[in-house]
Amino acid sequence: MLEFIAGVFGSSNYWFIVVRSTAPILLVTLGAVITEQAGIKNMALEGSMLWAALVGVLASAATGNVWIGLLAGMAAGVVIALILGLFALKLDANAVLVGVALNLLSTGGTVFTLFAITGDKGISSSLASKTLPMITIPFIKDMPWLGKVLSGQNFIIYVSIVAVIIIHVILNKMTIGRRIRATGENVEAARAAGIDPDRIKFFTLIVSGMLAGLAGCFLSMGYTSNFTSGISAGRGYVANAAQVVAGGTAIGSIFAALIFGVTDAMATFLQNVGLPPELIQALPYAVTIVGFIVVTFFRDRREAARKLKLFTGKEKR
Amino acid sequence: MNKHQEKRSLGKSISMFFTDREALEPALITLFAALFSLLAGVALIFLVSKEPVQSVQNFLLGPFLRKYNIYYMMIAMVPLTFTGLALCIIYQSKHMSLIVDSSFYIGAVVATAVGIHLTLPAGVHPAVAMLAAGTVGGLIGLLPAILKIRWRANELVSSLMLNYVFYFVGSFIILYFLRDRNQSILSSLPFKTTFLLPRLVPNSQLHAGFIIAAVFVVLVSIFMYRTKWGYEIRLIGANQKFASYAGLSVPTVILYSHFVSGFLGGVGGAIEISGLYKAFIWQVNPSYAWDGVIVAMLARKNPKFVPISAFFLAYMRVGADFMSRRGDVAFEFITLLQGMIILILASDKIVNYFKARRLKRTALQQSGQARAVAGGL
Repeated sequence: MLEFIAGVFGSSNYWFIVVRSTAPILLVTLGAVITEQAGIKNMALEGSMLWAALVGVLASAATGNVWIGLLAGMAAGVVIALILGLFALKLDANAVLVGVALNLLSTGGTVFTLFAITGDKGISSSLASKTLPMITIPFIKDMPWLGKVLSGQNFIIYVSIVAVIIIHVILNKMTIGRRIRATGENVEAARAAGIDPDRIKFFTLIVSGMLAGLAGCFLSMGYTSNFTSGISAGRGYVANAAQVVAGGTAIGSIFAALIFGVTDAMATFLQNVGLPPELIQALPYAVTIVGFIVVTFFRDRREAARKLKLFTGKEKR
Repeated sequence: MNKHQEKRSLGKSISMFFTDREALEPALITLFAALFSLLAGVALIFLVSKEPVQSVQNFLLGPFLRKYNIYYMMIAMVPLTFTGLALCIIYQSKHMSLIVDSSFYIGAVVATAVGIHLTLPAGVHPAVAMLAAGTVGGLIGLLPAILKIRWRANELVSSLMLNYVFYFVGSFIILYFLRDRNQSILSSLPFKTTFLLPRLVPNSQLHAGFIIAAVFVVLVSIFMYRTKWGYEIRLIGANQKFASYAGLSVPTVILYSHFVSGFLGGVGGAIEISGLYKAFIWQVNPSYAWDGVIVAMLARKNPKFVPISAFFLAYMRVGADFMSRRGDVAFEFITLLQGMIILILASDKIVNYFKARRLKRTALQQSGQARAVAGGL
């Protein structure tokens, strides 16, 4: 058993799957990070992913062009995020409740749409949808172990790495990033400083919709080659927990997403050892909650120590 | 409510209702949301169906055209009532947890175990199952509350994740401990006959759970509006800081409100399984908690209106089911309508539209008078 696990962890095959399962979570986590930094909780990421996954498949099947499918999918993700923004920001609705509504509407709505178009409720296999290309990277490909893990992955995997850098730059190196954080910290102060909080929040919602859209398209046009009902499997919810684990940073999102990716990929392998698949399937979600608790525990301790120092001028003994 | 109000007659309270704009307007908006969703449903049917008129007729009138559909609606109201009541309590305390989904599902699993393995007389058997399921459901309900109190974890996020964990754990228990291996399809061992709830009407599926649900509506209404605990829950919902300054232990209130809510979910799961089935045969989680969100919102978080909104939702579900079996529109289209209802009712600007307009008009009148007075001077 231990040998088997050691063997799994050493194999490039395992880490290839880890990277593959991490990427979609990473993308949505980034989306959760950027909206949370602006002080709005995007609970509709799950819905964005579902619609993106479906619209991507439909558009690529209709046009025969996978890139149009990808763009249409991302647009669908953005539309859901914008609806959340419209209700939460313009009509004073509770953003979390709007998220719940949009997820409910998306879970059934995607099945309804799929059935109306294909006559099938479960899978879009009757449509000739396209898949996003695999990419071989010239030099990395020849590296002994790393080449097998990092090269030959789906196009979106590399996009997700670029997305980390872009979100990191937006949040830390650009004026808009400062504005986003100012809005998240204190809306009134931001407004007094001449920032339009609603505009900032809408901006972050659009970005998160695009990221969730990319993730959704990857699920139906890369990870698998079809849309299936409930394809996002709660990844949008995981992202909201992973966002906390990430500590609200783009770089932290990589680690947070990896926690999910490692256990998700392990689930695929552990099924071969004869452990009950039901318990293994529960593992990624359970591990995310545990990670969530551990991180908030340390964050609270750090904050308590900081406050103590602030009030007494002494380090905590 | 004070004594003076309690004494007034029914007729008077009805007329009060129609003159009291504060009460009337939100009720009108709720009605509007419900009607709007039905109209949107009709529009959607015309969009996708090849026989739209027949489908619309099946959807809107189907539930009343057949006798069995009326029973079917009453049966469908039972789980909706339980999850709706559970979410009323959560929403009254201004929390968002959706863990009731797990409480309901695991409650059904616990009841299955009781129904298969315990030998008890009829009547006592389902009661024991309900109590066991309720207790386990309540304990599950506590988890997001503990995470919230101890680690400030958003209870909606943690409950959604826990729902996945408990779904897989529940189906693991069914598969490995309670499964009937002689059946080709996934099914638990058959229940003992003492476990099944009695039928209210012969040759129909309408079971005693309908009456139990009605009793629970009364109990929860009393709990929320006639006891100290209900008052405390409403108090922390109205203003958590004020409640804690007033000397209330906010964590305690959050904990027991979540326990009660989970308990209701668990009992609902047990009733559903012992009322409708002869063995546990759910292949997927029926997820009544999401419907419970709409029931609670349509009831304006008030337990006594839960039967009305549960009836409306049951009507929509039965109509959609009837239509989808006879036509080309998928049953799932009602989730679109349900989502719309939540969107409308969650929007303060829409719900308070009349109130805001009235306030604005009075404010303008007053400023007009002030200006006239100032001009006269």
